[in-house]
Amino acid sequence: MGAGMSDDVLPRHGAHLIARHAEAMLWLARYMERIECLARLLDVTNTFARDEDDTRNWLSILRINGDQEAFYARHAEANLANVAAFYILDGENPTSVQSAMAAGRENARTLRAIISTEMWLQINVFHSRIRGLTAADLLPDHFAGVCSMLKEGAQAHTGVTEGTFYRDQAWHFYMLGRYLERADQTTRLLDTRFNAMAPRLDAGDGAIDAGQWNTLLRAAAGYHAYRRVHPNGYQPKEVAGFLLVNTAFPRSVGLNLAQLEWHLSQLRTRYNLRGGMAALERVDHLNSTLTQKTVSDLVDRRLSPFLDWLQREIAGMHGDIVEGFCGG
Amino acid sequence: MLRPGQPSHPGLSLLLSRLAAMPIESLRRRALDAERDLLERGITFTVYSDATAIDRILPFDLIPRVLTPPEWHQIETGVVQRVRALNMFLHDIYHGQKIIKDGIIPAALVLGNDAYCQAMVGFTPPLGTYVHVCGTDIVRDDSGQFLVLEDNARTPSGVAYVVENRHMTARVLSDLMTGLSVRGVDEYGLRLHNAMVDIAPAGVSNPQVVLLSPGIFNSAYFEHVFLAREMGIPLVEGRDLTVEDGRVWMRTTAGLAPVHTIYRRLNDDFLDPAVFNPDSMLGVRGLIDAWKRGTVSIANAIGTGVADDKAVYAYMPRIIRYYLSEEPILPNVDTRICAEPDALAYTLEHLHELVVKPVAESGGYGLIIGPHATKAELADFRARLKADPDNYISQPTLKLSVSPTLTDTGVAPRHIDLRPFAITGRDTWVLPGGLTRVALREGTLVVNSSQGGGSKDTWVLA
Repeated sequence: MGAGMSDDVLPRHGAHLIARHAEAMLWLARYMERIECLARLLDVTNTFARDEDDTRNWLSILRINGDQEAFYARHAEANLANVAAFYILDGENPTSVQSAMAAGRENARTLRAIISTEMWLQINVFHSRIRGLTAADLLPDHFAGVCSMLKEGAQAHTGVTEGTFYRDQAWHFYMLGRYLERADQTTRLLDTRFNAMAPRLDAGDGAIDAGQWNTLLRAAAGYHAYRRVHPNGYQPKEVAGFLLVNTAFPRSVGLNLAQLEWHLSQLRTRYNLRGGMAALERVDHLNSTLTQKTVSDLVDRRLSPFLDWLQREIAGMHGDIVEGFCGG
Repeated sequence: MLRPGQPSHPGLSLLLSRLAAMPIESLRRRALDAERDLLERGITFTVYSDATAIDRILPFDLIPRVLTPPEWHQIETGVVQRVRALNMFLHDIYHGQKIIKDGIIPAALVLGNDAYCQAMVGFTPPLGTYVHVCGTDIVRDDSGQFLVLEDNARTPSGVAYVVENRHMTARVLSDLMTGLSVRGVDEYGLRLHNAMVDIAPAGVSNPQVVLLSPGIFNSAYFEHVFLAREMGIPLVEGRDLTVEDGRVWMRTTAGLAPVHTIYRRLNDDFLDPAVFNPDSMLGVRGLIDAWKRGTVSIANAIGTGVADDKAVYAYMPRIIRYYLSEEPILPNVDTRICAEPDALAYTLEHLHELVVKPVAESGGYGLIIGPHATKAELADFRARLKADPDNYISQPTLKLSVSPTLTDTGVAPRHIDLRPFAITGRDTWVLPGGLTRVALREGTLVVNSSQGGGSKDTWVLA
């Protein structure tokens, strides 16, 4: 930011953002991010998690979203066909791609006067593509292609947004939503894996299942970066540190907290908005808690409760932002 | 496109020769492109009666409708004249009511009108403007005469299609436009914003204008978005606004911020639960009070529905003469008011050759087109008409003008109408052209978008 730009004191005429629109911005970003995360997770599970226990692998996706009960109310067995149907086609399931896209588009519709035309166009086209998916698209010979289409559609949204969305207040709220969702998704991902592996760790087995770490990192889009940072293999505390503390990995909680902090500060300094205090305090607290030392200490004594706490804090931050800027 | 006796225009001849040189396959390909584009952009019109789909695109016919400079001159001056008369009429009926006292129009028709708003009596909106945005529906008969079919003085919609249709033509038919001087339509948003600034409460140097919409499920939501963007203003719903200390505020991320002019696309009934429909969840409590205190301006004003009532319409030529001492530049369609005994008798006798419309409906619902109706339909309608004659007007069936339109069987004539849009703040400005609606089904006269009509780009040649 050049020094000259700070003279542009806002809010000025035309720069007001309707509180309801700020909240819709958060949600638009979150839903689109959610589609990408879910598509990647399904893809990775389908591709890399084909070991002896197929059910356990598909179950782990259900656990991430806390969907076991809802899933078994509709399906008898956790396998590719059922889990994919549940998460891609099922409009009754609020955590499905179908539902996220419908909700994302509805927010985009609310925001259509604010977002760029190209964002709307891409969302609209992506939405009809998702609505057009059928059970035939989930068959093994199509499934990988569908996951790619979903991932690419969500990424195209991210790219179009980066390239065309005017960076005023509304953009900051959009980015807050994106980083909240990324932080949340990474915590969930880590949580299920650590839960799943906890017995082995407690047993002091030490024989880390490389395949599982592999899958976990791929599901977070961090496999190759992790290899580069830690070429000597997998240590639970290093994997957890990479996903929680690392400040260069785009989906680490630490990096997302830094981004959240930056956008909240911008809203305060550039737009003179007072609503971000509670959220900023929470970021501060999280930052001071979330260190490699904490993570290393906790890995030995179960990381899971800590991850639960993190998830609650992230949800709390969303609440802080809505309450602070959007009148609750 | 060309009619006997129409003055030739070099642009028109050029356009016709270019069109003639275009193979039908090329036109179809372009039409498909346009249709896909509309779908992808979600340029949609909600149809209430179709529960299965809230979105449907308004079909676009890619062959433009062309108006020559003299034709446009008549329409433009005629619309300006009409808007002036409408504003004077509204001021009068909410103040001295001279037009009633002078016996020009029956008191019952005005004061007993559902749209007559007691809250407006004695109140003068800024600049004396009531109808800030007016859409005038115009048809053309077989003699080439333009005729006003109805005025839309409440919250007329359709202008977004005018601009989007032009963009669509530029996208898929740019070679048709090359070198032709067609008057632009892009300044509508700017003009509308300027008018909203014109009418803002006195003493506000940089007024905050907002567009008040019923929300994303409204049939014209796409247009609300379009206008908010073109005007560069927030698109708000009732729940985003609040009235405190007699002033209107919007809820922003910085807290409450003052609002000075509201371009509302919400009907009168829903605007303020304190004054109108107490169950309205869409409006803002206290809005009318703030308006009457002069702390906020509202466009269009409330109670303008009297002026575009189908029965009052019949009196428009007399209203124009009364206030302006001028002959109407755009005549009315010859209209009979069934509330009058002679007119009712005539209508009943000639039902099979007339168009009979309920005065309280819009969108082409509940009307009958005599020549197209079956005996049973006529009998049924006759009974309805007799039971409630006050609710109907009748007009001759016009031989509406046609325009070349791309159909399944090639380029063929289809009936069209025209809705120019006039903006009034300090002055009245008419967007060159307007919305041309086209009845896509052969022989159909109803062009309403809710009844399967489409639209065309409208070119005013310079």
